[in-house]
Amino acid sequence: MASYTTAAILVLPLLALIAQSLLPDTEVFSHLFDTVLLDYVINTVSLILLVIVFCLLIGVPLAFLLANYSFTGSQFFNWGLLLPLAMPSYVMAYIYTDWLEYAGPVQRFLRDVFAWQTKQDYWFFEIRSLFGAAVVLSFVLFPYVYLIVKTAFKEQSQSLTQAATMLGKSPITVFWQVSLPLARPAIAIAASLVAMETLADFAAVSYFAVNTLTTAVYDTWLSYGSLTAASKISVLMLLMVFLFISLERFSRNKQRSYQTSKQAQNKRLTGYRNWLAFSVCMLVLVLAFLLPVIYLAKMAFTYKEQALNSDFFQFGFNSLSLSLIVAFICVVLALVVVIGKRFNQRLAGVMPMRFASSGYAMPGTVLAIAVLIPLTLMDHSLNDYLVSLGQKPIGLIFTGTIFAIIFAYVIRFIAVAIGSVESSYERMPPSLDQASFTLGRNRYITMVKVHFPLLKRGAFTAALLVFIESMKELPAALLLRPFNYDTLATYVFQYVSDEQLELASMAAISIVIAGLLPIILLNRSMERYQH
Amino acid sequence: MKWIKSTSAAVLTLMAGSIFASANAEEVNIYSYRQSFLIEPILSKFTEQTGIKTNVVFAKKGLVEKLKKEGQYSPADVLLSSDFSRLMEMTSAGLSQPVNSDVLNKNIPSQFRDVDQHWYALTKRVRNVYASKERMGELTGISYEALAAPEYKGKICMRSSKHPYNIALIASMIAHHGEAQTKTWLEGLKANLARKPQGNDRAQVRAVKEGECDLALGNSYYFGVMQSIPEQKVWADAVNILFPNQDDRGAHVNVSGIAMTKYAPNKDAAVKLMEFLSSEVAQQSYASVNMEYPVNPQVKPSEIVASWGEFKEDTIALSEISKHRKTAIKLLDQLKFDL
Repeated sequence: MASYTTAAILVLPLLALIAQSLLPDTEVFSHLFDTVLLDYVINTVSLILLVIVFCLLIGVPLAFLLANYSFTGSQFFNWGLLLPLAMPSYVMAYIYTDWLEYAGPVQRFLRDVFAWQTKQDYWFFEIRSLFGAAVVLSFVLFPYVYLIVKTAFKEQSQSLTQAATMLGKSPITVFWQVSLPLARPAIAIAASLVAMETLADFAAVSYFAVNTLTTAVYDTWLSYGSLTAASKISVLMLLMVFLFISLERFSRNKQRSYQTSKQAQNKRLTGYRNWLAFSVCMLVLVLAFLLPVIYLAKMAFTYKEQALNSDFFQFGFNSLSLSLIVAFICVVLALVVVIGKRFNQRLAGVMPMRFASSGYAMPGTVLAIAVLIPLTLMDHSLNDYLVSLGQKPIGLIFTGTIFAIIFAYVIRFIAVAIGSVESSYERMPPSLDQASFTLGRNRYITMVKVHFPLLKRGAFTAALLVFIESMKELPAALLLRPFNYDTLATYVFQYVSDEQLELASMAAISIVIAGLLPIILLNRSMERYQH
Repeated sequence: MKWIKSTSAAVLTLMAGSIFASANAEEVNIYSYRQSFLIEPILSKFTEQTGIKTNVVFAKKGLVEKLKKEGQYSPADVLLSSDFSRLMEMTSAGLSQPVNSDVLNKNIPSQFRDVDQHWYALTKRVRNVYASKERMGELTGISYEALAAPEYKGKICMRSSKHPYNIALIASMIAHHGEAQTKTWLEGLKANLARKPQGNDRAQVRAVKEGECDLALGNSYYFGVMQSIPEQKVWADAVNILFPNQDDRGAHVNVSGIAMTKYAPNKDAAVKLMEFLSSEVAQQSYASVNMEYPVNPQVKPSEIVASWGEFKEDTIALSEISKHRKTAIKLLDQLKFDL
């Protein structure tokens, strides 16, 4: 019951949106359909595919390397490669376009060195393009692939790879013929996460001047003033999300391997292999994290006087407290729906979980409006009721307070928490439950005595992931925050959107720093998982 | 259990803080499309002078929609906008109320306020053409129409055509020339672009400086802002700021402005704020901090802004331009202008 109630509350905004989309508004929608919608769909799909491909190209080899080998710096890279998770994508977008566009320092330098005069004198790739956006988004998103696939590689039964090696297969052949096929479900899970993140991104994509369905939603809503047409497009996007979620579940179902074997020691690389491995990891880390962070730090230092004020500490406190609250609520609710599913594996048990996850890919502003619909209704009913009793209205206690932001964030990130808790649940063989039942324990005792201790780590991972995401989350906060309430992210975005990141660089770097500790903890908990 | 208790206590304190803030002394609640760091210095002057506290929510998108949803219980008293279309959107959705104030009528010339007193402009923002000093020389007599001329092929930069500033300009073209002619003009303009529309107004000037294009569209105040930031001054120094259509109707002018919400709970304070923003003190601030053109004729533009010279403004009514906004957007979609 609890899982149905939770899902019902979380799905309210979505239902409101669908209801809105069913209203007639053929004029705007059919105009879009006739003109740009197809381009937007093509852009969106290509962007998602490109980002997935790049993330896999970066994430899978790194995961394989660090799951199986040790080399110079490998202990650091093990968690260091997760660092880009802490980088907000819109900050990365800002920095990379600034560096690589025609007027940026890189091309200016090249022109100086080679005495090129105009654009026609040489070729340089266009950073503000679908390709550029895909590369930079991949820098921020590949850690998901790395994290999930590394775990899968580590869990693979060592006897299989050892057998292959003894049969004289080279490490590369082992990778292609044994490890990779076994890791396929994990790769699919990671890819679907990446796809959903990409779909929901707005700030970064618009920075790259790439028009996607998300852009279209804003266009129709704000330029044409048609919330109905905008909802129709949003629903179209939600269908894509359901596709990704189903794909993920499908792969998970195939991944019925429960923890089995002990982890063997990683093989030590020597000679040029050692340095090659080091260089590859270092290159990725430099491009996806170190360079941007050094650049931010330099800016923050130069503009420290403007940046370090009392507001800054207030926003920092707001961000931290908000993220902690959201992480906590997400984990609790995720446990509720996942446990609901554990005891009811049939469709009826699975549905609440899927519905609860659907907020993940809603573009932030759309989610904000979707949240406003039921919450204002509640606010109005409450106030109307008070007025009817002859009392003074109490005001907008749901939409006018941080309640609205918390609600929106929970809807947006519960999917991350559910994913994490669920995957640790799935590692528990059903025989555990059967054993407990056989011993005469009922569901609740089984849950508390058997499941909870085993779920602790998954729940912890979930909380950390949600925390990091909440620190970076932007568009929903912009619209839903109460008066005089800013988070570090909204503060940074104000300046980013005005192309003056330097003035908010201190706040930007704080978001990154706040993400560091959770990332280190995250890696620890993943590591311990395997031992 | 302790966890839950302390978390819920924290939530409640935070929530209570944001609700009951509004129960105290006199204050005014602002929904702002204008970035808070731009208007904060002006608002703190207001508080200093009147003792009225200001509370701001800034967002680039969706505030009118939020007002719509909140209805009669909305805490917002006024909406500040960086573009007149949002004010019109609010008015036409019935979310505003008329404000009758002698001070506002005295400070703001009639072409810059709504006939029905639903909104008031606060600053003027001209859509200029920036031209490379090096490659365009002392170009004079440019017009928006000329940007579509074949001689400028591959030489023009601009930000997304869907940005409100560009939409307003295109809507004004429709108001003057009709839809068909504007479409032809847009086709020409698109063919002349040096690159896909991108970046903000300042990024266009930077691109001109670096030689990616020779001409760019941009609002006037950015020119002033760039001159005050050492790193960006070199961009500004590489261009001339031109006022288009000086030989005929004048340059296109957009405005930032303010409107009172229909259900404003702090009406008196809101009127005081509106009056203050039109006063000489605040207008001076707009002029010197943001380098915008004040609407109050008593206030002169800042020295830098004045140095760009006098110019003729297009006097077509903003409400007339507003009528053509949707057509403008449709044309942009049809031509896939940004794609």
